Amino acid sequence: MPVNEHEHGHGHGHVHPVNFDPAAAEPDRYEPPSTAGRAYRIGIGGPVGSGKTALVAALCRALGDDIDLAVVTNDIYTTEDADFLRKAGVLDVERIEAVQTGACPHTAIRDDITANLDAVERLEDKFPGLELVIIESGGDNLTAVFSRGLADSQVFVVDVAGGDKVPRKGGPGVTTADLLVINKIDLAHLVGANMEVMTSDAHRMRGELPVVTQSLVETPDAPDVAKWVRSLL
Amino acid sequence: MIDLSALILADSRFPGGGHVHSGGLEEIVTRKLVRHERDLPRFLSGRLRTAGELAAVFAAASTHAALRDVHSGHWKVLDAELDARTPSLAQREASRAQGRGTARAGRIAWPSPVLDGLLTVTPRPHHPVMLGALVGVAGGSPLDAAAAVAYLAISGPASAAVRLLGLDPFAVNAVVARLSGELRAVAERAAAVAGDDPSRLPAPGSPALDLLAEAHSRHHKEEVRLFAS
Repeated sequence: MPVNEHEHGHGHGHVHPVNFDPAAAEPDRYEPPSTAGRAYRIGIGGPVGSGKTALVAALCRALGDDIDLAVVTNDIYTTEDADFLRKAGVLDVERIEAVQTGACPHTAIRDDITANLDAVERLEDKFPGLELVIIESGGDNLTAVFSRGLADSQVFVVDVAGGDKVPRKGGPGVTTADLLVINKIDLAHLVGANMEVMTSDAHRMRGELPVVTQSLVETPDAPDVAKWVRSLL
Repeated sequence: MIDLSALILADSRFPGGGHVHSGGLEEIVTRKLVRHERDLPRFLSGRLRTAGELAAVFAAASTHAALRDVHSGHWKVLDAELDARTPSLAQREASRAQGRGTARAGRIAWPSPVLDGLLTVTPRPHHPVMLGALVGVAGGSPLDAAAAVAYLAISGPASAAVRLLGLDPFAVNAVVARLSGELRAVAERAAAVAGDDPSRLPAPGSPALDLLAEAHSRHHKEEVRLFAS
């Protein structure tokens, strides 16, 4: 049942135009702005060390052969992530733009997206016909989400080593991202993380929004996330 | 009263890309020449009276031009004159990056054929020229625009100092507030010459800031810099 069409305890049975339950999450019901004539933009955010760059590399490997794609990276240490992607040999150096965030990675993806839009436009100018730009946020906290003016869809990445309480803590990243990825599940038994708790908390916090659990050690090409990305294009 | 457009454009929450620029502060911090709150007043005052005053002069001139709806060739002349007064390539680039960002945000807020004309001849305008034109289009005065860019010339580096050095934000805020007299004088001098021929506009400058900007840009290619300038 859609979250807004519920019976109250006092039984007046109407449909709320807006849902006031702070714990409820639901898919965005509004039409996104048109992406015609430009590349689709996917934001990848999440805390430091959760595996954002590794996921970007996996997506480049999985999608790079048949999708015309490029990457914008926002790591605090500007060239670090770009170097990682170059060394991984998954993407032509020319297809990676690094953005300086003025020590505020969340500002650069949310409040003032100018530097990121400039980087996306530079890539679009350089590669006409570009289909997909993956924008990787610098590592930040659970409240850092991408502006809809920058990312058409966004993925929030957390990992089991960060503690199995993370999904329960919520925050806009966990509750509103279009896809939540729980990463490094191969480490769960080593760090004492309870996967059942983690995934059920994640689903509880996110309502109908999807959750993927993965280990890039076991599936280096991130097949579930790659499939989700393909479904958007 | 100062026009609302100038307040919006001077607000650090204005989404024009300003937050990734430190105005030479990151480089001077790396060189350990600014380390404490007590080092900041001299840096900020110097910046205000040089780079800040140059920006104020061109912002005021640009507002004046927008208010009298100049032909598009005039924007090209203003652009070239400011280029000529900005010897550092890194500084010209930082100014144009912020000008472009301000244009993106500003055109949505204050759409106008004046801006379209400006951006047709200078697609990546200098920041003070773009900001001045926006204030003019919104109905503000040359003094409003001059005050806004002069304030931005010090508020950006001040905020960068808090982020890079972990300085006490109250103390840094007080440093900025104490510059209000100097700032007013800078803005009034700039507004007084706003209608002059662009070639005759003043050219205050700081060789130290030019060199810091160049060093910042060079070092960024070798090691980490958090800010774009």
